[in-house]
Amino acid sequence: MTVAIIQVLLSHWRRHRLQLATLLIGIALATGLWSAVQAINAEARASYQRANEQLALGQHDELRNPAGPITIDRYLSLRRAGWQVAAVLEETTRIGGRSIRVMGVDMVAYPALPAVTGIEQSATPPDPADMLTAPGRLLASPDLARFLSNQTGLPPVLTSPDLPPDLILTDIGVAEVLLDRKGQISRLIILPDQPRTLPEIAAITPELERVEASSQLDTAQLTDSFHLNLSAFGLLSFAVGLFIVHGTVGLAFAQRRGMIRTLRALGVSMRQLVWVILLELSLLALFGGLAGLMLGYFLAGALLPDVAATLRGLYGAPVSGEIALQPKWAVAGLAMALGGTLLASGHALIRLSHMPLLSGAGVQAWRTAAFNGFTTPLLGLLIMLVGIIVQLSIGGLVAGFTLVAGMLLGAAMLLPSLLSLVISIFQRFTKGPIAQWIWSDMRAQLPGLSLALMALLLALAANIGVGTMVSSFRLTFTGWLDQRLTSELYLTAKDDQQGREISNWLAPQVDAILPIRSVELAHPSGPLFLYGVVDDQTYRQHWPLIASGADVWDRVNAGEAVLINEQLARRQDLWPGDDLMINREYTLPVAGVYSDYGNPTGQAIVSMTRLDQIAPGVEARRFGIRTRAESATELADALRDRFDLPGQAVIQQAAMKAQSMAVFEKTFVVTSALNVLTLGVAGFAILTSLLTLWTQRLPQIAPVWALGLTRARLAQFELLRSVLLAAITAIIALPLGLALAWTLLAIINVEAFGWRLPMYLFPADWARLFLLTLLAALVAAALPAMRLLRLPPAELLRVFANER
Amino acid sequence: MLLKIDNVQKSYPGGRPVLRGVSLALDKGQTLALTGESGSGKSTLLNLAATLDSFDGGEITLDGTDLSGLEDPGRAALRRQSVSLVFQQFNLIPSLTVAQNLSFHARLAGRLDEAWSTHLADRLGLSDLLDRYPENLSGGQQQRVAIGRAMAAQPKLLLADEPTGNLDETASATVLDLMLSLVAETGAALLLVTHSQDIAARLDRRAHLSGGRIT
Repeated sequence: MTVAIIQVLLSHWRRHRLQLATLLIGIALATGLWSAVQAINAEARASYQRANEQLALGQHDELRNPAGPITIDRYLSLRRAGWQVAAVLEETTRIGGRSIRVMGVDMVAYPALPAVTGIEQSATPPDPADMLTAPGRLLASPDLARFLSNQTGLPPVLTSPDLPPDLILTDIGVAEVLLDRKGQISRLIILPDQPRTLPEIAAITPELERVEASSQLDTAQLTDSFHLNLSAFGLLSFAVGLFIVHGTVGLAFAQRRGMIRTLRALGVSMRQLVWVILLELSLLALFGGLAGLMLGYFLAGALLPDVAATLRGLYGAPVSGEIALQPKWAVAGLAMALGGTLLASGHALIRLSHMPLLSGAGVQAWRTAAFNGFTTPLLGLLIMLVGIIVQLSIGGLVAGFTLVAGMLLGAAMLLPSLLSLVISIFQRFTKGPIAQWIWSDMRAQLPGLSLALMALLLALAANIGVGTMVSSFRLTFTGWLDQRLTSELYLTAKDDQQGREISNWLAPQVDAILPIRSVELAHPSGPLFLYGVVDDQTYRQHWPLIASGADVWDRVNAGEAVLINEQLARRQDLWPGDDLMINREYTLPVAGVYSDYGNPTGQAIVSMTRLDQIAPGVEARRFGIRTRAESATELADALRDRFDLPGQAVIQQAAMKAQSMAVFEKTFVVTSALNVLTLGVAGFAILTSLLTLWTQRLPQIAPVWALGLTRARLAQFELLRSVLLAAITAIIALPLGLALAWTLLAIINVEAFGWRLPMYLFPADWARLFLLTLLAALVAAALPAMRLLRLPPAELLRVFANER
Repeated sequence: MLLKIDNVQKSYPGGRPVLRGVSLALDKGQTLALTGESGSGKSTLLNLAATLDSFDGGEITLDGTDLSGLEDPGRAALRRQSVSLVFQQFNLIPSLTVAQNLSFHARLAGRLDEAWSTHLADRLGLSDLLDRYPENLSGGQQQRVAIGRAMAAQPKLLLADEPTGNLDETASATVLDLMLSLVAETGAALLLVTHSQDIAARLDRRAHLSGGRIT
């Protein structure tokens, strides 16, 4: 009997192939966009994990010196006392213009690293002595190894396929030479097997702090916010796709009510029917989900290189630009397709299962009932309210996203009522019979088009919201770059000695030389980068302070106070007047807070003298050079020639800004792509709604045609109706989008990245989006309008005949 | 002559002939009942007269206009200006109120006469239902609205396709009485398709269609 029931139910899809295609495309789009985001996230996280495994990061307790590097004698003291510790020297340097992290480890003492053992077990293992004695060996990923082999003055390079893309692994002795850090150690790894009786570490090296493995901040934690943002947009795209599924399944169920009534009259129980329908939906979800997975795989492949570049630029996260098909990701995608389809169909299925045997309500009744009354708008308001309450009472990133979800979902549920209200107002002020009919007909069509219009509302609001955020960010970022990158030239010398020579040579011929010196310190809030500045008008005039006390620069230059970046200020809730503990010895009052976009870590600025006191011996080979803009190019060439500097060692301001802007633009490639795709899905939802409503549309159009309107005019009205509905929806989407933008800028960004941005308005962008929306609505309505235009009169007459 | 149908032929797609040279004529103020078996082509002939469909051969003249070769805009204009239709299933516009439905055709034709519309609403017993939507009316009430819509446009020719076919006996009699009295009042011609010999007997003339011909 089950087979017979399945045959009957499947016969519906044979007769409604377009509906079937719409349903499968809806599932595929929803799954595809979501899976693409998940594939990107999964790939990134796999990369972090690979890097951690390859370098044994986060597996052992460490010792760090909050005041700066650890000296050799402190290391030797621990070893002599019996402690099994391994030294690590780690720093980012520029090689051939590329920013590369160098990690030097004590190859003898350090726990077996997979990257090293892999090479040792290869077909042509290097002589272990070569790794440890000059010139040593550098281990790098294949891509980096190719790059390094073209550079001069470096030790031979060995390839290790699993190493992160921008990292050199080498023996600590080799790293000392490469980084010019003779006798310095960044941290000490406490090895797992220690002798039984040992003196306390604090008794031997009281200045060192022990950091437990579990509390070490790793890349995955740093990038969590970024991935959460990405997931949120993926979920929005998924939801928009599900609107198509919900609409199509609902209509299909309504059209099958007669069939189901007959089956029940023939003795099939509702329980059996529900199980068979669930089976049918599951199969459809799996087919659609498979198509979605393929779509998601290709989409992720296309987007991953930009995401990888962003993660590297923003967090220094080691992500390769290639996507690998992971079974876990595919299974999760199919589960989402199945869950999403059942969720989107649940309402229709429940209504069907409660349908009385003799119920005669048809498609129109189903449509009308779906969004009638006060329940839906009230529920919408309630959901909005819940979002606001959660944000106000709990706070944090997840609460921020709850607010966004509540706002979007609530507004979507309010949309049909709002549209109905707007149409009623227009209708009231309309005089002509045709115009009056168009408005009243539009209102009557609302239930059938509501889901598609909701999807459009969400897509438009997301576009406006994210667009405003990105454009506000761009505007702020450009202004901020102008403030931060004021020097006409940026120079990196080979070492401190050359730095001094260049400074001496430059001093008589430029306006100012601004050393760029910094040290990474261990701080309770995470890594803290401490910078030193000299007293110069450049900083006083241009530095982008967002909060400051009196005489801010005088106090900083006198070594009495510190400036901190916005991230640190928000994370630690430190503002002018508060004290920042830099390390055990130094605590300084905060004189001001400055914006510092694109930097996930805390940063502080003290006077150069104070920096030398806190962390003696900080390298001095980078400089900003203030000179006349017209002579910058000439001076850059002269510097390269005179000091034999590679091209990338002297960068002009414009090039520096261009590089920064390029990283910025890449950051938003994914969200922009998801935005465009979501809008496309919403346009498709309108098209599918119009097409699936086509059969019910004819009985409404035919009487008007019979009363003397041509098919051409009716087709024009069909286009007009779609465009008007999209236009009203777009107008409603504007305040929603702006509310979303404000939430992203004032809540989500602050929680996720630690900076708050000013919000700017971009009416030209809205106008462009508005026109794009009208175009999408026009294109979506074009096919049904063409069908109407070409419809033979006999088809319209059949409406009157069918009624009989 | 208001409506002249001369030797009209019409076949369904696939070639099956439905009208095999039908001729008839109707002048102002005349009423004609068209009877016949199911599938005999009654509704097809009515649709041709209403300019809703095209024919394969012969000639139809409506209000002095030859329908052969008339394009869609011309046909639509004739439907607005000269003809009104009443269908078996009423075919009201569901999104408009009773008042809006009543005046819709007249406003399309640019001939709305408020006094006449009010009079019609009274005559048809719709005065208390003007703000309702069609879905809230009974079948008889809906058909009265359909007749009101048709007559408000003050057509020269009223075409009715089984107007009482969906109504019970009492409602059927009321609707027919109203239709005939309004036609008489306005001087419009009436071509009415029906199965019922009793209804046909109440009209001036009757024509029977059988095998695609008037017998």
